Amino acid sequence: MSAAGRWMNRLLFLFRRSKFEAELREEMEFHREQIEEELRSDGTAGTEAHRRAAVQFGNTTRLRERSHDVVAFRWETVVQDIRYAVRQMTHSPGFAITAILMLALGIGASVTIFAFVDAALLQPLPYAQPDRLMDVTESLALFPRGNLSYQDYLDWKRLNTVFTSLEIYNGSGYLLQTAEGTEAVPGVRVSAGFFHTLGVVPVEGRDFRPGEDAVSEAPVGLLSYATWQKRFGGRRDMIGETLKLSGVPTTIIGVLPPDFQFAPRGSAEIFTTAQPTNGCEKRRSCHNLYGIGRLKDGVTVATALAEMKGIAQQLERQYPDSNRGQSASVMPLARAITGDVRPILFVLLGGAALLLLIACVNVSNLLLVRAEKRRQEMAVRGALGASRVRLARQYVTEGLVLVLLGTAAGMAVATVMMRVLHAMISKQMLAGMPYLQGMGLTAHVWGFTVTVALLAAGLFSIAPILRLPMAALRQSLSDGGRSGGSTFWRRLGANLVIVEVAIAVVLLSGAGLLSKSLWKMLHVDLGFESDHIATLSVDLPARGFEKDTQRAQFAQSLLDRIQSLPGVQSVGLTTTLPVSCNCNTDWVRFVGKPYNGIHNEVDNREVSAAFFQTLRAKLVRGRLFTQSDDATHPKVVLVNESLAKKYFPGEDPIGKKIGDTELTPNSLREIIGVVSDIKDSALDAEEWPAEYEAFAQDPSSYFSVLVRTSPRPESMLPALSAAVRALNPEVGVEDQTTLEQRIHDSPSAWLHRSAAWLMGGFAGIAFLLSMIGLYGTISYSVSQRKREIGVRMALGAQRSTIHGMILREAGRLSCFGIVAGVGCSIAAANLMGSLLFGVRTWDVATLAAVVVLLAAASLLACYLPSRRAATVNPVEALRAE
Amino acid sequence: MSRKADLMPGTLDMMILKTLTRGSLHGYAIAQSIRQMSDDVLTVEEGSLYPALQRLLLEAWVKAEWKRTPSNRRVRVYTLTATGRKQLGVELSRFEQMVAAIGRVMRDVEVEG
Repeated sequence: MSAAGRWMNRLLFLFRRSKFEAELREEMEFHREQIEEELRSDGTAGTEAHRRAAVQFGNTTRLRERSHDVVAFRWETVVQDIRYAVRQMTHSPGFAITAILMLALGIGASVTIFAFVDAALLQPLPYAQPDRLMDVTESLALFPRGNLSYQDYLDWKRLNTVFTSLEIYNGSGYLLQTAEGTEAVPGVRVSAGFFHTLGVVPVEGRDFRPGEDAVSEAPVGLLSYATWQKRFGGRRDMIGETLKLSGVPTTIIGVLPPDFQFAPRGSAEIFTTAQPTNGCEKRRSCHNLYGIGRLKDGVTVATALAEMKGIAQQLERQYPDSNRGQSASVMPLARAITGDVRPILFVLLGGAALLLLIACVNVSNLLLVRAEKRRQEMAVRGALGASRVRLARQYVTEGLVLVLLGTAAGMAVATVMMRVLHAMISKQMLAGMPYLQGMGLTAHVWGFTVTVALLAAGLFSIAPILRLPMAALRQSLSDGGRSGGSTFWRRLGANLVIVEVAIAVVLLSGAGLLSKSLWKMLHVDLGFESDHIATLSVDLPARGFEKDTQRAQFAQSLLDRIQSLPGVQSVGLTTTLPVSCNCNTDWVRFVGKPYNGIHNEVDNREVSAAFFQTLRAKLVRGRLFTQSDDATHPKVVLVNESLAKKYFPGEDPIGKKIGDTELTPNSLREIIGVVSDIKDSALDAEEWPAEYEAFAQDPSSYFSVLVRTSPRPESMLPALSAAVRALNPEVGVEDQTTLEQRIHDSPSAWLHRSAAWLMGGFAGIAFLLSMIGLYGTISYSVSQRKREIGVRMALGAQRSTIHGMILREAGRLSCFGIVAGVGCSIAAANLMGSLLFGVRTWDVATLAAVVVLLAAASLLACYLPSRRAATVNPVEALRAE
Repeated sequence: MSRKADLMPGTLDMMILKTLTRGSLHGYAIAQSIRQMSDDVLTVEEGSLYPALQRLLLEAWVKAEWKRTPSNRRVRVYTLTATGRKQLGVELSRFEQMVAAIGRVMRDVEVEG
């Protein structure tokens, strides 16, 4: 018969299922009766004939099943198994809910973290052939990835043979006139070939033409898609329109694609050509750019790095003054962009994996207990003719159904957790991590989920199948499942509990170390009082502020105006807020000190007279700035203690003079005081030598105002912005916040905080799960040993002895787990060393606390079952069998 | 006396088909017939006829209908179909090939034995 015919028959059978079953049963029964009758007529006695007929006919259940297999579709038995599996679960809802919840937590956590990792590290940058894109910058001992000087860039671009193109960018804000007034709009200055190198094509208009970034060309710019939509309503006729960006008429020539993002400046709204018009770009010693290069085919990163280093050396020989110690850095762009979050993501992925493992171990443990309880049932099914494969398949089906439900719940958990995590990231952080917008259920994440689910399903099927040897099944039948093979389970289950406890120790101590380092970081000595300070940044337009006196005068009027506001205690300004970065540095040289040409790199900030009073920073010696330290008086400078210690060891620096590397007369400033170190850099970064110049003597067009207020600083922010606008509506105001908020949201604090929180969450769940596992194991062991305990008590064992026996058993398990865990945690802490701040990887206090906590909790987890064991009634225990 | 496992694989179908060449029979009769014709050598687990019969039905080598015995008992009676007869020919020649081949292998053993 044709395959189609066979298929049709099967289909027909599907609709006549019950009739088929009935007919087959009738037919078989008739056959068996005939044999029995035949035997009886040969003289066999009634019951014996019945027995022998059954033997001769064979196992009816199995034969019916085989007949059924012949006519049925394969999937029908699968459906049967699934139905049976679901029925099994609804019969023991406690088991099912516990197992599904555990899986949901484990899978949810790991999928969430994987989605993060996927968005940050795996999903390639949204550019053409992203793996060929390199971050190219200069490098020196203090700055492994420093900035590139424009003059060096021109030589690099000309001399290199490894890149098909080498482009530059730097962050830049523009002042844009909007309906609400002047607004500071973030942007990026890029060289003309920038987008071509990335492989990004505008959706509207055109890209920059080669050479359009020359000084002689009219300034042109591209809009980000979001800005085009938000600010300009997506108008087509925006192309060709001219915008005044900080007073410079700039023609908009195109709009970037909606999915375009440039992580180093994710909030950028406008991209303009980097015309080397500012003074910095004319000097080889001024470093303000980053480079992006596209590697030629076949060129490796190492080759490119070697070549760029060679060129840097050549330039060093050629320009010893400016290029001393200037080497090159070449690394994949993706690495440069995600460098900060990389270690944290790996640690979190590890934490999530451990949590998943603990959840799986717990569920396997539950399944083993159930398999143990179901030995009888399986033995009966086996005796009734179910083949071993069929029984095993039943367990596989049950494992799959469990994992399916657990995964579905886990995906729901993950979806919620992803939203929560996304919301946890501040807007400012998110701007620096635009790739996180791609976070979600991508193909990678689904692939990961399916892999995890399949592995779990495999584990959950194998665990109970291990308990299916045929011989043991027969034994179960005969001994009523009293003790058969339970030692096997006890051993495996016990080992699994040791693993769980060990993992809980690792996660708890990891969370402990991360929390401790977060605490240390947030309590690092800032050198000032960060509370009650409101800050905002001020951006002066070019027009009307060309002269130093104009800028200095505006700043002074602003300070006076703010000082007169009610609630203001004092007000100061600085060009770089505290707790930002070791950046905006200067190369200095000291009059009267030997100089060997090495660049003395120090943080450089211009601050107002009241800056230090406002921060309540300490003056160590000498004096602070006064109103009279202005352009009409000799140039003065304050230094921090780090600078004094490094360059004037054992000397009084007051009265000494600082200048640039050539000690040009105009650069000379006299040190008038030493202030205690103010945290200039990220919380976890080292403190650098710093010099503070008087703002009035070198007024910048961009500065931040700090206001110490008596009411809550947040409440003062609107009044502060209004004060700036009232003074001059064309001045840009941005980043209105409080200093504490700024520190709280700073990238280093955020990274450490999120790591501590997430790890803490994982650890908490792991702790709970491991204790449930321990409790379950001991409880089960007690229930298995009821008879033994009964015998012991009948023979005169005291309750306290039984109590002790069970507690000893549990204690042994948790001890092994804790000891193994402590070893693993020290190893794990070494792996996350880069995330730890001010904490050693083998922090005794943390480890001790974790050990005590786990020991106490496991004692509690074991106490209840051991109490139950001790209250066993020996008579009942013996009779129950 | 052996169980089903000792029956040469695939031969049960052929024997059922062969048995049915003499006319329509119910399951018990088929089993009896095989036993008698083999002089009680081939005693299969009798129930294993039924999965085999289902297979033959599905292939349409036999057809089945319910009839009444003289004692008014309902039984299912199997009849060989034309394709079944053709299939018997196929199985028979395959079987003969197999027997001949085995015979050739075993001849030397017989001389020594």
